[in-house]
Amino acid sequence: MLNYILSYLTSDKTPGAAGNFFWAFVYILLVFGGLSVAVIAMNWLERKILAHMQVRLGPMRVGPHGLLQPIADALKLLLKEDIMPAEADGFVFWIAPLIVVLAAFTVFVVVPFGPTHAITDMNIGILFMLGVSSLSVLGIVMAGWASNSHYPLIGALRSSAQMVSYEVAMGLAVVSAILMTSLNDEGTGTLSMIGIVQAQQAQGMWFIFKFFPLGLIAFFIFAVAMVAETNRAPFDLPEAESELTAGFHTEYSGFRWSLFFLAEYSAMIAVSSIAVTLWLGGWLRPFPNALTGPTWDLAFSLIPGITLLFLAAMCFYSTARMPKHPYFRIQTIGLAGFGVVLALIGLILFFPPVRIRIQDIYWFIAKVAAFMYLYIWYRGTFPRYRFDQLMKVGWKILLPMGLGVLILTATVGLWPLIQQTIWHP
Amino acid sequence: MLIGGILVITRKNAVHSALALIMTLLAQAAIYLMLYAPFVAGVQIILYAGGIMVLFLFVIMLVSIERTEKERQFNKQWLVGIVTAGALGGLFIAVYTKGKGVFPEHALPTAEAQNTQAVGSLLYGQYMFAFEIASLLLLVAIIGAVVMAKKRI
Repeated sequence: MLNYILSYLTSDKTPGAAGNFFWAFVYILLVFGGLSVAVIAMNWLERKILAHMQVRLGPMRVGPHGLLQPIADALKLLLKEDIMPAEADGFVFWIAPLIVVLAAFTVFVVVPFGPTHAITDMNIGILFMLGVSSLSVLGIVMAGWASNSHYPLIGALRSSAQMVSYEVAMGLAVVSAILMTSLNDEGTGTLSMIGIVQAQQAQGMWFIFKFFPLGLIAFFIFAVAMVAETNRAPFDLPEAESELTAGFHTEYSGFRWSLFFLAEYSAMIAVSSIAVTLWLGGWLRPFPNALTGPTWDLAFSLIPGITLLFLAAMCFYSTARMPKHPYFRIQTIGLAGFGVVLALIGLILFFPPVRIRIQDIYWFIAKVAAFMYLYIWYRGTFPRYRFDQLMKVGWKILLPMGLGVLILTATVGLWPLIQQTIWHP
Repeated sequence: MLIGGILVITRKNAVHSALALIMTLLAQAAIYLMLYAPFVAGVQIILYAGGIMVLFLFVIMLVSIERTEKERQFNKQWLVGIVTAGALGGLFIAVYTKGKGVFPEHALPTAEAQNTQAVGSLLYGQYMFAFEIASLLLLVAIIGAVVMAKKRI
């Protein structure tokens, strides 16, 4: 048993590929635990950042700077009464949130946090991610229909139309990135998530800069389509508050509603990690080809620890600024304790063995976090689209652009061959 | 898959039938996976379960369910249906009991890691012509749909 556990440590494959069930289980627990923490953090960050963008303070009451607000929210949701409309279709109403959550969580099986830090590596990785995340629209449609009410039904109809239209443009952008992976000696590409990042490593370039500006345009198409796929502002027509109350989940409350919430945020993280893997070099650190050498390697590997120390310093700064009133004593101590924990983790990250293993994961998460901030930023700045505008953007702008980029990418990729056959037959 | 298939034709509520059909299609994808064809399984999930069935549900939800549930279910082709089903079942049983010679002794040693690449090179190499003809057929279907939907072009 112990040998079975230890035997994986020397392996250079993912636990799924090595067939080691113990480590696969550990990875699954780590990924899903991390995902839940990320959703909680996202909840707090979104409220705070949106509030600051609108010159408000946001949550301030529960814990210092509202840090404990998500936990209070979760408790409230769990204690709330679970209501089912009288005329609703019981079974479908019950299973719809489960389908949405399952679809949103299952895709993380193939997300590559590092060359060996993934639950498994599938031959059809990216296809699997797109396929399973496209199942989530089924859950949304079922939720809207089963509620047997007008607003959810309209929300579900809008959602299905929107997702089906934007999936096409999204697929075309993904295909043009996958075409770039085939520019090697054998001439065959790969669909595996780890293989795609390794192709970028081998070509010494992130695909967003490849065949400039073709990679950039494909990335742009994907970045727009992924916001539409996750039903976020400015494409949040399925849950437009001013028109449809809350769209497809109007009739849901309590725990079921929180499942939808969880699924929405983990789907956002999932599509962001697709974008990071395909165009932004996955776990590779920035400037892998320009800033090389042991000095730069060392400098970049220190960044994870420095980030956490910076967060800890922020905590201590806020502690010093807390009101000096006996009422706030517990909160001040708690904030200082949180800062100490962050600082300790940061110090641990400086040790060489930890440092080397952690940096892939750090860079992947940092890139995904940038996308999460973009999501909040979009929500804070863009007004919502009208439905005809939405369809126009999807079918008349993104789709032709995607087709054009695909054909141009193929042509540029085959250019040496074309040149050979035309000028030197 | 069998349960899903039976549910598709016995549910009176059209939405329940569609959901059972999705279950059937997912089970079919699982069968493809067991046959070491991950690419086909992935495409099955994306196209059928994720794409086509969403459009099905989209249309069904616009139809009033209450009225169709009260209507009498009728079927005038049950005789043909039974004969066809019996013949197909007999064929399956015959193949299962006597057909050992038809199939190779072992499963072919196709490496799972190479499946997608093999499908790609076959489609764009040996079967290039058939592939292009199929895409032309789809183009004709799209143009036909546009012509039928639009009165004034």
